[in-house]
This record gives sequence, C-alpha cells and structure tokens, in this order.
Amino acid sequence: MAGFILKRLLQAIFVVLAVTLIVSFAIRLSGDPAVMLAGGSNITEKDLQNIRQALGLERPFYVQYLAFLKGLLVGDFGRSFMGGTPVSLLISKALPATLLLAFASLLLSIVLSVPLGVHAAVNRGRWPDQLIRILSLVGLSFPNFWLAIMMVLFFSITLGLLPPSGMEGPESFIMPALTMGIILTATNVRLVRTSMLETLSQQYIMVARSKGLKDWVVLYKHALRNSAIPLVTYIGLQFGSLIGGIVIVERVFNWPGMGTLAFDAISARDYPVLQGSITVLALFIVLINLLVDIAYGLIDPRIRTE
Amino acid sequence: MDNPSSSQRHDAPLLSVRSLSVEFGSGSSPFRAVKDVSFDVQPGRTLAIVGESGSGKSVTSLAIMRLTDYTGGRIAGGEILFRPSTGPAIDLVDASDAKLREIRGKDIAMIFQEPMTSLNPVFTVGNQISEALSLHEGLNARDARLRARELLQKVRLPDADKLLDRYPHQLSGGMRQRVMIAMALACGPKLLIADEPTTALDVTIQAQILNIIRDLQAEMGTAVIFITHDMGVVAEMADDVVVMWKGEKVEQAPVREIFAAPKHPYTRALLSAVPRLGSLTGQPLPKRTPVTVMDGGVPKQTGTTHIQDTADYAKPILEVEKLTTRFDVGKTFFGRVTHRVHAVEEVSFDIYPGETLALVGESGSGKSTIGRTLQQLVEPTGGTVRFDGRDMNAMTPAERRRLRQQIQYIFQDPFASLDPRHTVGFSIAEPIVVHGLIKDRKAIERRVHELLEQVGLQPQHAKRYPHEFSGGQRQRICIARALASDPKLVIADESVSALDVSIQAQIVNLLMELQERRRLSYLFITHDMAVVEKISHRVAVLYLGQIVEIGTRQAVFENPQHSYTRKLLSAVPIADPQRERAKTRIEGEIPSPVRPVGQEPAIHRMREVEPGHWVAIESDQLRGAA
Repeated sequence: MAGFILKRLLQAIFVVLAVTLIVSFAIRLSGDPAVMLAGGSNITEKDLQNIRQALGLERPFYVQYLAFLKGLLVGDFGRSFMGGTPVSLLISKALPATLLLAFASLLLSIVLSVPLGVHAAVNRGRWPDQLIRILSLVGLSFPNFWLAIMMVLFFSITLGLLPPSGMEGPESFIMPALTMGIILTATNVRLVRTSMLETLSQQYIMVARSKGLKDWVVLYKHALRNSAIPLVTYIGLQFGSLIGGIVIVERVFNWPGMGTLAFDAISARDYPVLQGSITVLALFIVLINLLVDIAYGLIDPRIRTE
Repeated sequence: MDNPSSSQRHDAPLLSVRSLSVEFGSGSSPFRAVKDVSFDVQPGRTLAIVGESGSGKSVTSLAIMRLTDYTGGRIAGGEILFRPSTGPAIDLVDASDAKLREIRGKDIAMIFQEPMTSLNPVFTVGNQISEALSLHEGLNARDARLRARELLQKVRLPDADKLLDRYPHQLSGGMRQRVMIAMALACGPKLLIADEPTTALDVTIQAQILNIIRDLQAEMGTAVIFITHDMGVVAEMADDVVVMWKGEKVEQAPVREIFAAPKHPYTRALLSAVPRLGSLTGQPLPKRTPVTVMDGGVPKQTGTTHIQDTADYAKPILEVEKLTTRFDVGKTFFGRVTHRVHAVEEVSFDIYPGETLALVGESGSGKSTIGRTLQQLVEPTGGTVRFDGRDMNAMTPAERRRLRQQIQYIFQDPFASLDPRHTVGFSIAEPIVVHGLIKDRKAIERRVHELLEQVGLQPQHAKRYPHEFSGGQRQRICIARALASDPKLVIADESVSALDVSIQAQIVNLLMELQERRRLSYLFITHDMAVVEKISHRVAVLYLGQIVEIGTRQAVFENPQHSYTRKLLSAVPIADPQRERAKTRIEGEIPSPVRPVGQEPAIHRMREVEPGHWVAIESDQLRGAA
C-alpha cells in the first residue's frame, strides 16, 4: 500500500507540472496583457515596452516558466498584474468558498442518489423505478446555467426567500449547492441503480436473506458496499467536471470562488493569477483521485491485498 | 435442540409441502415452474430432490423459505407447513415477513451451489458467521466470535482463529463451502436445505464436504433437503428421494427402492443415463451403449451398442515431449517476478489416430493449460510438440495456421463460446471461410447443412440464433463448428461437464460415433472419472502439472498404482445405495501450483508397471500431500 501511494504521488507531481506548463504556454497565445493594462488609444510602442519590462514579460518563455516554478516551490505564485495583490492571498480567499460549494453539492448528491438509486434497483421495472429514472433523465437534460437562473427567478425574485447572489450567511449556499447537487444526482442515481442491480443478483445477497436479515441490512450493509466502487470512481472523475461546472454556477450566483477568480484572470490576461489558480485546482483534482484509489482498498479487501 | 418423543418422530413431519405451485412472470400466461408438488420431511432425515435443469428442484428449495419472493416468483397455491422449535406448526405461504425472518437462518438454513459467490467478498469470515448468531441468539460480539470459532472447528477447518479475520477471496472453494456450512449451522437449524452444495467442487473436496454434512447432521439431528442432479451423491446421502421432471414430482420413494425398482419412465431414463464407474470393468475398449431419452413423455431408446475399436497404434498423430508452461504472477514494486504458476511441468504423452486420450485431474492440475497450449492459445515455456511428425517450434506461420485448422477445440460452456449475434450457420461456416477450405458460397452452405445433420440437427437450424437452442443442442452446434475445418485432433475441454446426464450420454455417444466415422483423435479433458471410463482408450492422470499415471483405461481404472489415482477413484460418488457409505476418509486441500521464483518443483521419475502403463515413483513428500 505504501509503495502504491508513493507511485501515485510521483504521478501526481508529473500531472500538476504538465498542467502548469500547458496553462502558462496557452495563455501567452491569447493576447498581450500590456495592451489591456495600458488602456486608452494614444499609446506608443515605447509605453508598451515599458509595461512589459515592468511585468517581466520581455524574457523568453522558458525563463518566465522556470521563475514561476521556482516561486511555486516556496508557495509564491507572484503578484496579480491588476493591482499587485499577491496571488496566494487571492487564492486563499477564493479557495474555501469553492471547496465548500463543491463538497456541499457532492454531499447533497450522495445523500440523494444513494437511497434513490437503491430504491429504484429494488423496485426494478415497477413504478418507483420508472419515476426515479424519468426524474433523473429530466435532471440530466437541464443545463446548469439555466437551472441556476430558474432558481434565482423563483426563489429570489418571485418568492423573495433567498439572496440572489453573493456569499453572505448559510442561506446563500442553498441555491448554488442545489444547482450543482441536482445535476450530479441525476447521473449518480443511474450509476447507483445499475451497480445495485448487478450486486443484488449475486448469490451472497440471497445468502444474506436466507440468514433472516432485515431488508435494510441486506441492502445497506451487504449490497451497498459491493456497489460502491463504481460510484466512488465516478465521483473522482466528477470532481474534475464539477470544478468546470462551478465556473458557470459561480458566475451566475456571483460566488467569490476560484471559478470567478480564474474567469476574471482570463478576461484580463492576468497570467500570474490564472497560472496560480489553475495549478491549485489541478492539485485538488489529482489529490481527490488519489483519495479515490485509497478508498478502493478500504471498500474492497480484494484490492487491498493485490 | 428440542426433544420430540420418539413415538412422535415418524408420524409428525418437520416440514410438509402440500400441492405447492410456484409461478414466474405476470400477465395472462405466467410460467409455472413448480406444479402441485407435495412431500414431507421427517426430523433428522435426508430427502433428496433430484432432477435435471428446468425440473423446478431449485425453485422448490427457494420457495420453502419464501426466497422466491426475491427472484420474481410467486407462490400460486399450496401450503408449506413447518414446525418451528417453539410454537405450533405454521404455514410459511402466508406467514408475515417478520415471522419468516425469524425462521430463516434460525430454524431453516440454506447452503448454495457456488461457494465462490455465496460469501460476501467485503466482509470477514468471522463477521459473516457472527451475523446470524447476534441476530437470532442475541449474542454479543465477543461470544459470537467464540461460537464462530467453534463452528469453524466443527467443519474441520484448521487454524480457526486466523480464519475468522480472513476474507473469502483468500480461501479455496472447498474452504469457502465449509465456511458456508458453518454459517448455515450457526443457530442449530432443524432443517438444512442444500442446493447442489458440491457440484462446483473437485471430486476429492466433494467427498470431504459430503462427509462433513453427514457427520454434523447425525450430531445435531438436523433434517436435510438435498437438491442435486448427481445420482451418485443421492445414493451416498439420501434416505428418501423425490424425482422432479418439468416442474412436477413424478416419483417418491426410499433411496434403495428408487435405484432398485424405479417406477416412473422418467426415473428409469434418468438412471439409465447415469455413467457408472466400473461399468466397463473387464473390457479393454470403450463402448457406446443405447441411451433412453424422454420423447414427449414416452421413453425412447436411441443409439446402438458398439465397441469403439478405432485407434490405430502404428504412428502417433501428436507427440508431446517435456511440455512445460509457466505463468508469472506476483511482482515487486520494481516489476521483478516473485512467484510463478507452474501449470504444466515436463509433461509427455502421445495421441494416435482414432484414439481418445483422457486427461483427468482436479483444479490446478494443468489439464486445461495443456489443451490451450496445443491449440496455440498459450505459449509454452519449454518442451516440444510434434503434430504428424512436424515440430511445432520449427513451423512457419503458414504451417501454424494450418495446424489451427487440424486441431480444433470444444469448450465447456456452449453458450459462451457461440457469438449470440450471429446465426449458428454463420458460426459453423466461419472456420471454413477463415481457412479458405471452400470458396463457393453455395458449397459452403451445403457443407454447413451436412455438418448439422452429422451432429443430429436439421439443416434449417442454420438460420437460427444460439439463444433459440437448448444447452445440449448448442454443444452439438459447437461440435459441428469444430468439425467444419475437417480436423484430425479435437480437444474437448470439459465439453460435457455442464450438461444434464441424459444429454451428456447422447453427446458422448455422438463424439464416439464421429470418431468412428472420421477417424478423429480426441484429447478429452475432464474431472469426471465415470465419463472418462466410457469414452477413453487411454488415460493420463495429472496432479500439480505433472502426469502421475498414464496407461490404457483398463490398466489405470482396474489396477491404479499411484496413491493420487486411487484417491481420485475412491472419491467418486457411486450411484448405488447398497454400497457401504463410510468409505476411507479423504483429507487435505489440493495444493497450489504457485511457487516462489527459484523453488522449482521436483520432476517425477516414471516406472513402467506393465507394458504401456507408467506410474510416477512417489516421494514421501507427495505421499504426505496426497
């Protein structure tokens, strides 16, 4: 197990390095920050040169990249082109907001999808199953931004119950988390249902029933753990697309998270902020997938001893 | 355990099934799997329910505990009267869920067929046994664990303490089935239902499991319902027998009567199809005998008696010399191999034209690996194989392709080995097309029709799909496909093991008939000694990747020299209830062929005990293991 984790950590470092390289390179293709910063129309080439010099952009790409890596080693992401705030400070403010939102929606989707999926599997082909499958299909067909806007219209504008945007107090969590959670639940329900169906047809489930165990013990002790591997795998993969989805949801709800930070950085060609925020997000996605691999071993002893 | 007064013992049954019917599916025409079946089980006695696939025997056993509720079944009529340890007899058909849960695992317990899948892979053995104990007996975790350990000792598992914390995948099939028995007997049930508990096990392990069930039954006074298709097991285990056919009970009688004077035509047909070890004693050659089959409810004889004098011992078609096949398993962090499976170690044998050589052995003996190596599905580690005098190692790619045409393979599972999305005609024609044997499409079609007729099917079957055929018919299709490329050698790997006995007898006859007609050689790979006796000219016994005895069938069966051959022969259940049941005890697991790198197995030296009959000289180590 220790060897396995070591191997995975080495891989993770590699992945994060590759991500930073691609991001740093790609953003430099997207336009010149000096033009954005200078603003106005009567600027000379000389002014632009000066700005580039001040930001260190006149150096060759590899020098800039190595400088970024060197900073990374000591946790220094550089300073934002806009106002000179340290990037690490910006990230330390935005990251908790995003992580809270991501984990709240994941948790919500697990709490919803597990019992619903189990219930659908047990009632395969009967009306509860049909209903859950139709609801899941409906959930899958919503684009997240549309769902977000509909919620704002209904809960904030019509009913006036919830704040339409920002992060002020626990009630402002409800709509962003619901938006993400509902979309995740729609896929997770199907996953739980399919893998439960597979498990329920196994002989050890009949054996558990023949012992006289209660239904919920059979389902939630004997069957669920055997069905958990596909769900855990998928949650690991989902985390990546969850972060992508969060950019949009954060925009709609004006949520001060990493999505908003990265989005603004792209629009302003703010290289240091973008490099820093993408690196941190990549790190988290890699870390979550490492945890998923470790979770496999905890769930299934057959994987542990391999 | 309660004490019914002895006078009560025989007139008050423990379980009384009355006119039980079970249906599956809904709508206007549900499928009735069990029709109007009645029988009684007396306390402490063993009732065997026998029948072939589709007879409804397993559905009946599930219905007794109302477990059919979970498989989409519905009890359509009848009563299941059971006397629990406390309180009056109750009808399980209309018992509440709570009442059923009280009885399941406490008063009635069940053992299932597949030991590899009947234990939950994510919980320890101790956890799974304790579960029923804390549920029904109210034991706390510590006491439940102590009881679980006692139970493991009862089913003769060594090292019970360590075993409690093991997971099922760390145990062999035989050990898992013992754990299953320990689990079933945990709360001292009055009735144990065993659904084909030994069918998936090796024959020496089967003998051990049957002994354990018999001993514990005597000790605990448990009544047993034993579901099986194996008449040998019936003869070994049962007091009374119920014969089921197409969902109905066709006969019920004490075990000796069933074997001595079967009344229903189906029972007679079933018994006539059972291969019996020792039926060819004194005869040097294999023999085809007629089979009684049920044709629309009427027994009908098919086939003739024929001595299989087909082998030509002038020059072998296949010569295998010191064949060795090993697989790497277990690697270190840096990818260095630590363990190897020594599947086949220096195995040598010949097969002659028109001859059947049987390779017999249990799990891990390497018998299937030999077959796959000859079919070029597995690369050998060493040794030479000559086909028709040509060394396989020296063959050009074109010659190797031609060899694939001349050696054909018939697999165990006829359903898994046919592509469900193609017609059977397509599957049979494929080898002809692949090897370019016939170019003309009309001629290929004619050839497919001819092959179908040769295996006892109709030419119009070519247009159908595999799912439209029964198991026996599918195996006939696989045989037709194997014959399509006009092979000289056919490797039959457990090809009749999964079939019902009446179908099995017909397929064995078909194989023998085809051998005579086309001078085919067979390498017949199996664990079933009774079938081996019927079909083979010569027999090689494999143990841990090496041949321990090889010779004519008559020599090996009538004068077995190696202790493992004797053990194997004595473990086969004999379909004769008159025989003494308490046979010599067989103990011990089948050892594993996995060895650490650098620890090579010792190669047996062989001695010739009579012309053509070779036996491995036994080292003390092997004698200890066997």
